[in-house]
Amino acid sequence: MGDWMTVTDPGLSSESKYISQYTSETKMSPSSLYSQQVLCSSIPLSKNVHSFFSAFCTEENIEQSISYLDQELTTFGFPSLYEESKGKETKRELNIVAVLNCMNELLVLQRKNLLAQENVETQNLKLGSDMDHLQNCYAKLKEQLETSRREMIGLQERDRQLQCKNRNLHQLLKNEKDEVQKLQNIIASRATQYNHDMKRKEREYNKLKERLHQLVMNKKDKKIAMEVLNYVGRADGKRGSWRTGKTEARNEDEMYKILLNDYEYRQKQILMENAELKKVLQQMKKEMISLLSPQKQKPRERADDSTGTVISDIEEDAGELSRESTWDLSCETVREQLTNSIRKQWRILKSHVEKLDNQVSKVHLEGFNDEDVISRQDHEQETEKLELEIQQCKEMIKTQQQLLQQQLATACDDDTTSLLRDCYLLEEKERLKEEWSLFKEQKKNFEKERRSFTEAAIRLGLERKAFEEERASWLKQQFLNMTTFDHQNSENVKLFSAFSGSSDRDNPTVHSRPRQKKPHGAPSGSPVCTSKLTKSLPASPSTSDFCQTRSCVSEYSSSISVLNTTPEESKPNQVGRECTNQKWSVASRTDSQEACCSGCSSTHADAHIEKDDLP
Amino acid sequence: MHASARSPDWLRRSSSVTSGRGGAVAAGWVSRSWGPAAAMNFSEAFKLSSLLCKFSPDGKYLASCVQYRLVVRDANTLQICQLYTCLDQIQHIEWSADSLFILCALYKRGLVQVWSLEQPEWHCKIDEGSAGLVASCWSPDGRHILNTTEFHLRITVWSLCTKSVSYIKYPKACQQGITFTRDGRYLALAERRDCKDYVSILVCSDWQLLRHFDTDTQDLAGIEWAPNGCVLAAWDSCLEYKILLYSLDGRLLSAFCAYEWSLGIKSVAWSPSSQFLAVGSYDGKVGGRPRGEAHGQCPSGSDHVASTRPPPQVRILNHVTWKMITEFGHPATINNPKIVVYKEAEKSPPLVLGRLAFPPPRAAAGPLSSTESEYEVASVPVSLQTLKPAADRANPRIGIGALAFSPDNCFLATRSDSVPTAVWIWDIQKLRLLAVLEQLSAVRCFQWDPRQARLAICTGGGKVYLWSPAGCVSVQVPGEGDFQVLSVCWHLSGDSLALLSKDHFCLCFLETEQGVGTAFGQRGDHT
Repeated sequence: MGDWMTVTDPGLSSESKYISQYTSETKMSPSSLYSQQVLCSSIPLSKNVHSFFSAFCTEENIEQSISYLDQELTTFGFPSLYEESKGKETKRELNIVAVLNCMNELLVLQRKNLLAQENVETQNLKLGSDMDHLQNCYAKLKEQLETSRREMIGLQERDRQLQCKNRNLHQLLKNEKDEVQKLQNIIASRATQYNHDMKRKEREYNKLKERLHQLVMNKKDKKIAMEVLNYVGRADGKRGSWRTGKTEARNEDEMYKILLNDYEYRQKQILMENAELKKVLQQMKKEMISLLSPQKQKPRERADDSTGTVISDIEEDAGELSRESTWDLSCETVREQLTNSIRKQWRILKSHVEKLDNQVSKVHLEGFNDEDVISRQDHEQETEKLELEIQQCKEMIKTQQQLLQQQLATACDDDTTSLLRDCYLLEEKERLKEEWSLFKEQKKNFEKERRSFTEAAIRLGLERKAFEEERASWLKQQFLNMTTFDHQNSENVKLFSAFSGSSDRDNPTVHSRPRQKKPHGAPSGSPVCTSKLTKSLPASPSTSDFCQTRSCVSEYSSSISVLNTTPEESKPNQVGRECTNQKWSVASRTDSQEACCSGCSSTHADAHIEKDDLP
Repeated sequence: MHASARSPDWLRRSSSVTSGRGGAVAAGWVSRSWGPAAAMNFSEAFKLSSLLCKFSPDGKYLASCVQYRLVVRDANTLQICQLYTCLDQIQHIEWSADSLFILCALYKRGLVQVWSLEQPEWHCKIDEGSAGLVASCWSPDGRHILNTTEFHLRITVWSLCTKSVSYIKYPKACQQGITFTRDGRYLALAERRDCKDYVSILVCSDWQLLRHFDTDTQDLAGIEWAPNGCVLAAWDSCLEYKILLYSLDGRLLSAFCAYEWSLGIKSVAWSPSSQFLAVGSYDGKVGGRPRGEAHGQCPSGSDHVASTRPPPQVRILNHVTWKMITEFGHPATINNPKIVVYKEAEKSPPLVLGRLAFPPPRAAAGPLSSTESEYEVASVPVSLQTLKPAADRANPRIGIGALAFSPDNCFLATRSDSVPTAVWIWDIQKLRLLAVLEQLSAVRCFQWDPRQARLAICTGGGKVYLWSPAGCVSVQVPGEGDFQVLSVCWHLSGDSLALLSKDHFCLCFLETEQGVGTAFGQRGDHT
């Protein structure tokens, strides 16, 4: 709302201002000046409101004022101040309500306007300051622009100057070069001139020398002489020889001999050097061959054509080597062969080394992803193994050390220690004997206990048998009593027989175990069988075995006692293959239970009792 | 004089070895604490004039000149064997190859006087008369004397065996115009005829001309036979860089030119094995960095010097292709830490070296040497003192002024004239700079021990310096007053060294540990 006001109000106000001005002017309002003043400055208005109104409206011109106001107001769209007249003639009455309404509206309007004005003023101020700021900025930027422009101009100027300088320098350089050329020419010309002059001078000098020579030598100077007491013999003892053609030839010969000697000497040296170098080359070659030949297979597998061929060359060379060594002298073909083969091998070696390098770099790049690389696990396992081994070795070493130390410690002492040691041994023997006897006693006790235990087990088995017999007899009796359920029972009997047969077939292990243990045992008589079974069982039977025996017992007994269900219940730990058996048994049991329940509840109680009995 | 030499007083022992043990120790020092010499004994100083003092080729005698007198002493005992008196001040002496004769040249008078050692009464006088005399030398057979007349009019070959006199015309007046092969068979002679350079090869036995050929040089400056006597090096004057190699039969084997326009060759030296030819140059080569530096064999960092003038170079040519093997630059700054720089340090007040116990206890000699230390091993980079050459004068003090191979071919000692205080020692086997010895004053002269890699250096001061691969020593020459060593001269055996000053000389006996006994034994025999 406020925003809207601020936006729209300036337009409105200005509009109204103009309109008011316009109207006041056209209507020749007596207070047009005032109105203007009012509109221009709103704050003083409140102060001299009274005076203003007093000035506007006097006693005399009330009517006029009212009409004027009416007119003005109507033009502004306010309702007329006058009451609506019935006729044209009648003078219109001032409608006070309308006036008040108008006034109120005017006041509201005024307030609004004031508010708008205030807003506008602040806006104005803001804008003014913005403007100032922008102007400042503008000025600054302008200045900057100016300075940069100036700078640019300066730089351009400098550039120009530098270019100028450069050009000048180039010119100078050229000049200098020219100068140098000129000077060189001058030097050359001077040199030639100098040489020429020198020659001239030298010629003169030579002439003079010649002349001097003639003068000096031809004077028959007595002074030029040698005084010797007596001539001495030559150092070599020979006499001087006459100069003849022969001597000349001899001199030549000698000279050439010397030269030849020198050349021969040098050749020998060079030969020696060559031989040395050849030897080195041969050795290098041999070593290279030996170095490269083990890897022959690999590169061939890789089917690298170049290496393959070259390797065959190696082989050839290896063959040649023996021949070459016999030659040993410098011969161009040999030399070529040697150098060529060396070069070849060198190339192979280089390529090989490069390959290796590549491989190494590849491995570095790919890390351990390569198939060839041992897997991390293997590696770790191996390390673990090795560590373990190390540990073991360490322990071994430690023990060895200890033993050694002990030995040393004992060795360092003499007979007394050995005696003492013997004593210790005797003592130990004694102690061991005691311990042994104790151990034997304990063993005996254990065996006794075991025997008693087995006896107890047998007794238990016997008791159980007795009990079962009792129960069977009791059940028989019961069965004989139940005549009404003949049909059902006959079914049950069938079922049970079937079950017992199937169970026999289904549980070969169960059967086999006892059979294995007691192959001669035949399931002819159940009481005998069980007793035998229990007897044949190991001295200290485990619970499971016990159970098994019991299961066997139950099975055999089941063939005798038709409704024997309790053994099934008392075998919770027998699982697996007997599961089906159990199921059947459960089914049968339900049937039997039904039968029992329908018949009597005593079986239930009995079964419960038996359950409690069993551990 | 006889009396003075008779007593054993002449033997003054100087505690010798002073070594650079300060700071970084040179590699050689530790292994061989004795350095180049185990002990050094100095003889008393004898009078001498014109630095004329020479050992006989057989090593038995020592000839020295005092004004017009020639004194021949036993090289070991220094007893005077013979005393000859010449007609005037002696200006040059030379032993004949068989050590039987000594020639004394009296250039001023145009006279040569020859004395026999075996027959003291024998004498020979050669008068060149009005032709004058500028040079005189023995032929290798020791029976002929070659005299060069003034203005190089001719060379007269005088024979002591016969009356015959030979003349060789048109000898060239140059730095080194006469050279004999080592075996003494041939003589190569630079000639100048019709403004062209020629070389004549003569057979010394009968002075017959063997070969005569012109050399392609502007102004031949010198010739020198290779030690094997089969190759002759001939080089042009410094105005043109050119060195030519001729076979004994006059064929041109090769020519070498390192650069043009600038001053060229200053010195040339053959290695004793004839394998290498070292060519020292002025090297005012302009433009481009010298190749030696680019190779890295001489340390870079001498840019400030290189920019103004490239360091002078020694170029080594090989004997197979006669092409350059390497360049040895002589920069003024040494940066490579591998190079040992021995710097002669200013000494605290000089120790008074009186007579010491004879023989000095070995234990005492060790610490004494370290306290007397004069050489310091400078840590790189070291900038050497350089002379600014005066460009407006002839014969500027630049370039390689001296070159010498060690007798075992392993080392090359050089001196750059723009760095006059330094001696550069190069390893020829590794072709690199090995050591630099920076002295306090300009190096006057250096000479290799004829038997081993041991270099004696003198700077015109009161000390003699010895370098060997094991290290470096500087030894004060004992005696009252200053003995300014201007030149050194090794005995054939390398056991003694003659130190020459302006008017005195003394002998310095060097004893290596194994040589001590024998040296004294010999001396005992003689006295």
